Amino acid sequence: MSKQKIVVIGNGMVGHNFIEKLVASEGYDNFEVHTFCEEPRVAYDRVYLSSYFSGKTAEDLTLVKPKFYEKNGVNIYINDKAVDIDRSAKTVTSEAGITISYDKLVMATGSYPFVPPIEGNNRDGCLVYRTIEDLDAMKEVAARGKVGVVVGGGLLGLEAAKALVDLGLDTHVVEFAPRLMPVQLDDGGAALLKRKIENLGVTVHTSKATTMITDGQHCMNKMVFADGEELETDMVLFSAGIRPRDDLGAKVGLELGPRGGILIDNQCRTNDPNVFAIGECALHDGMIYGLVAPGYAMAQAVVNQLNAEPGSFEGADMSTKLKLMGIDVASIGDPHGNDENALSYVYENGPEEIYKKIVVTPDGKKLLGAVLVGDAEDFGNLLQIMLNDMDLPDHPDMLILPNRDGGGSELFGPDALPETAQLCSCYDVSKGDIVNAIEGGCCTMADIKATTEAGTGCGGCVQLVTNVLNSELEKRGVEVNTDICEHFGHTRQELYHICQVEEIKDFDTLLSKHGKGCGCEVCKQAVGSIFASLWNSYALEEDKIALQDTNDNYLGNMQKDGTYSVIPRVPGGEITPQKLIVLGEVATKYKLYTKVNGGQRIVLFGAQMNDLPAIWKTLIEAGFESGQAYAKSLRTVKSCVGSTWCRFGLDDSVTMAIALENRYKGLRSPHKLKMGVSGCTRECAEAQAKDIGLISTENGWNLFVCGNGGMKPRHADLFATDLTTEQVFKYVDRLLMFYIKTADRMQRTATWMDNLEGGLAYLQDVVINDSLGMGEALEAQMEALHNTYKCDWKTAIENPEFTKRFRSFVNVDTPAEQLFVQERGQIRPATEAEKLAGIAVEIKQIA
Amino acid sequence: MSEFIQVCSTNDLVKNSGVAALINGTQVALFYINDEVYALNNYDPIGKANVMSRGMIGDLKGELMVAAPLQKQHYSLKTGVCMDVEGVSIPSYEAKIENNQVFVKL
Repeated sequence: MSKQKIVVIGNGMVGHNFIEKLVASEGYDNFEVHTFCEEPRVAYDRVYLSSYFSGKTAEDLTLVKPKFYEKNGVNIYINDKAVDIDRSAKTVTSEAGITISYDKLVMATGSYPFVPPIEGNNRDGCLVYRTIEDLDAMKEVAARGKVGVVVGGGLLGLEAAKALVDLGLDTHVVEFAPRLMPVQLDDGGAALLKRKIENLGVTVHTSKATTMITDGQHCMNKMVFADGEELETDMVLFSAGIRPRDDLGAKVGLELGPRGGILIDNQCRTNDPNVFAIGECALHDGMIYGLVAPGYAMAQAVVNQLNAEPGSFEGADMSTKLKLMGIDVASIGDPHGNDENALSYVYENGPEEIYKKIVVTPDGKKLLGAVLVGDAEDFGNLLQIMLNDMDLPDHPDMLILPNRDGGGSELFGPDALPETAQLCSCYDVSKGDIVNAIEGGCCTMADIKATTEAGTGCGGCVQLVTNVLNSELEKRGVEVNTDICEHFGHTRQELYHICQVEEIKDFDTLLSKHGKGCGCEVCKQAVGSIFASLWNSYALEEDKIALQDTNDNYLGNMQKDGTYSVIPRVPGGEITPQKLIVLGEVATKYKLYTKVNGGQRIVLFGAQMNDLPAIWKTLIEAGFESGQAYAKSLRTVKSCVGSTWCRFGLDDSVTMAIALENRYKGLRSPHKLKMGVSGCTRECAEAQAKDIGLISTENGWNLFVCGNGGMKPRHADLFATDLTTEQVFKYVDRLLMFYIKTADRMQRTATWMDNLEGGLAYLQDVVINDSLGMGEALEAQMEALHNTYKCDWKTAIENPEFTKRFRSFVNVDTPAEQLFVQERGQIRPATEAEKLAGIAVEIKQIA
Repeated sequence: MSEFIQVCSTNDLVKNSGVAALINGTQVALFYINDEVYALNNYDPIGKANVMSRGMIGDLKGELMVAAPLQKQHYSLKTGVCMDVEGVSIPSYEAKIENNQVFVKL
């Protein structure tokens, strides 16, 4: 049987999603797929376009996995536009002259930005916001000007305004309607949103109609409004809505709606049964859906039909939740109460800048819509109540009133949701999928994200998914308790803040005021680390000793046989020959095993506890410092040789690595940290596998964060690009200090970021845009820690009280017996079998 | 019948932590908490190394314990019984403080 030929016109988000779904379907072997892509690159994420200005590259935005089309035998014609269709011959012809026959044709031509018919709308500096090429044009104009205006205060317009802010322009938003986001918000919500956006330095003009764009005096352009006012601007960015790309369909006789859009039925079929239309070019039941999720649902419906499975598109919910410039905004169902008998409840909190409204049926039984601005935590819950047509409580207002007494209504807890409830609309993950993942062993939000993809798209469902996770774990008898241990009813983050606010500097005080019992290895270590992070306290002080695990307690890593490793700091991996000689001499004298470890440092293994002070005395005299390799703190900054020696190096990666290592050495954190600096994108230092990574480019440093991951390896995320050295330190200061303040005990940066609601974007907002207003405080705290840094080992050997700690036995001077065997010319710990067989040599007499 | 052996002074102990002593060829871990001293053998039967004195101490559900520094199993300071793995225990010894001197009975 010959294969059915499918041709897809358009390789945007929906067109690509259709092909992905078709490829993943069981019947894929029966199809031969061809697709035309008029842009010079394959499908990319238009939802997150603005991140192009906060550090993402076009490659980062791509939606296509490497070699996806090649591997799956899909023929893609990039940079080639389909220009004609012969419906009777069933062929498509492209601009380049390729003609492909089809059995079924899928129109996924998308939409274009609407540019209002204003005089001067095609002047230099007048742009739209849709493609990567548009973004490059924006960059170019921004480089020449200072002021930018977005025409259109809808969803996309405000997203575009963020892009202008990121480009460093004095930003304005001009909206024709009397309020922002007129489709999704009511007056109250829009008024608050306007206030909040203006606080961020964006000027908002509502009820403004532009009549003309002409020459400006100070700027390239001047906008003239119907009320006679004028606004000078360099860039005018039109974001006044979208129009379906239906021209090709119209040309070949596909039926359109009265105001455009290719008409489709519930099967996404056009008036030609062999032609489907999906996404923003399609008009379904009078609606053009300008969101991506309905487009994906249409794609699924068509894939099902091609595979002769039931599937239809019955319309989609337009509810949406997003973070606009760090502000939570959500709209559910009909927020305007278009049913004139509908009733509404409003909660407005002026001081905290929160606005919430719900619209209910006249009998108060069902939810019709909602608006949330400033705090959208209830979004998931309210959306599910509406989508699942659940009955409301007797007093529906309790759904939006703050839960100040902590009582809370269980009526709409996660248990009330049906299994079919779709929690994550980006990846179509239902409550049932989450429950299955938990059955399969997922216990944390990070597990759930990795297994189901829920929460990895827009992040809007994280709160709700977390609630389901916790509730399900509880049902399975897993106690969801965020207390650090039985001695404190607090998380690590809470203990950190308690110690900071009350200036607590010793464990006994903390325990007597906030805990119970004697403590244990969990809380003591965490508190020891907190004291070190807050006050740079020293591990061997009398009242701190008990808080250290053996590594911190003896300033070395305990190895399996009870000996310790000695790792001096070698910033950036740069070491003088003289220092190498000293390391060799010490290793010889104390018969230590010597190796270069995974972090590019030289380690000396097998040191007896009682020899540690003498070993370190020699090393410190030779100019070494402690490498803190025993601590939850900065371990190493790996680097290549950079521009100094390398033919390809763009910047001096060694100097940068040394500077990083010296700034953050000794910094105590919830988990150990590693950094890397590469002098070019060949990435010899593997900086993208580190907690903090830098890669030099022609335009400056690219900063990567929260990689590594430990047992679950994780690539770092690109955080910001083209940074100066000064910016690098500012951002790293803020990010690390924010991590230290907010992470759980023993939580690596990777898991920490995965568990932050909003993930990377939120972190960028906090660090780069200083959305919490604490940037300077974070930098100051880091500076204070840096200024009070002391080498642990120098402090130890200078004080007999501290060195006393390293005696093998308190009552005799005999060193402890230690058994080794020789291998490849060096010692290693004897195995149990070797000990029993008596072939291990005892090494305790040091010359 | 063994006797109490004088080992060291309380100044040699570290409050809320452990130290090791060598008593007639036996390595003993001494733990000092709530003004009492507790003595266990220094050998970690699971980690197979003489390291118990370097574990962190505290309490779990009211019972005083030491967490083995290698693999973190908990052992009762009073009895030496492992609280995590059945059938495992560390020899424990009677210990006392008199006139700031520490005594252990092996």
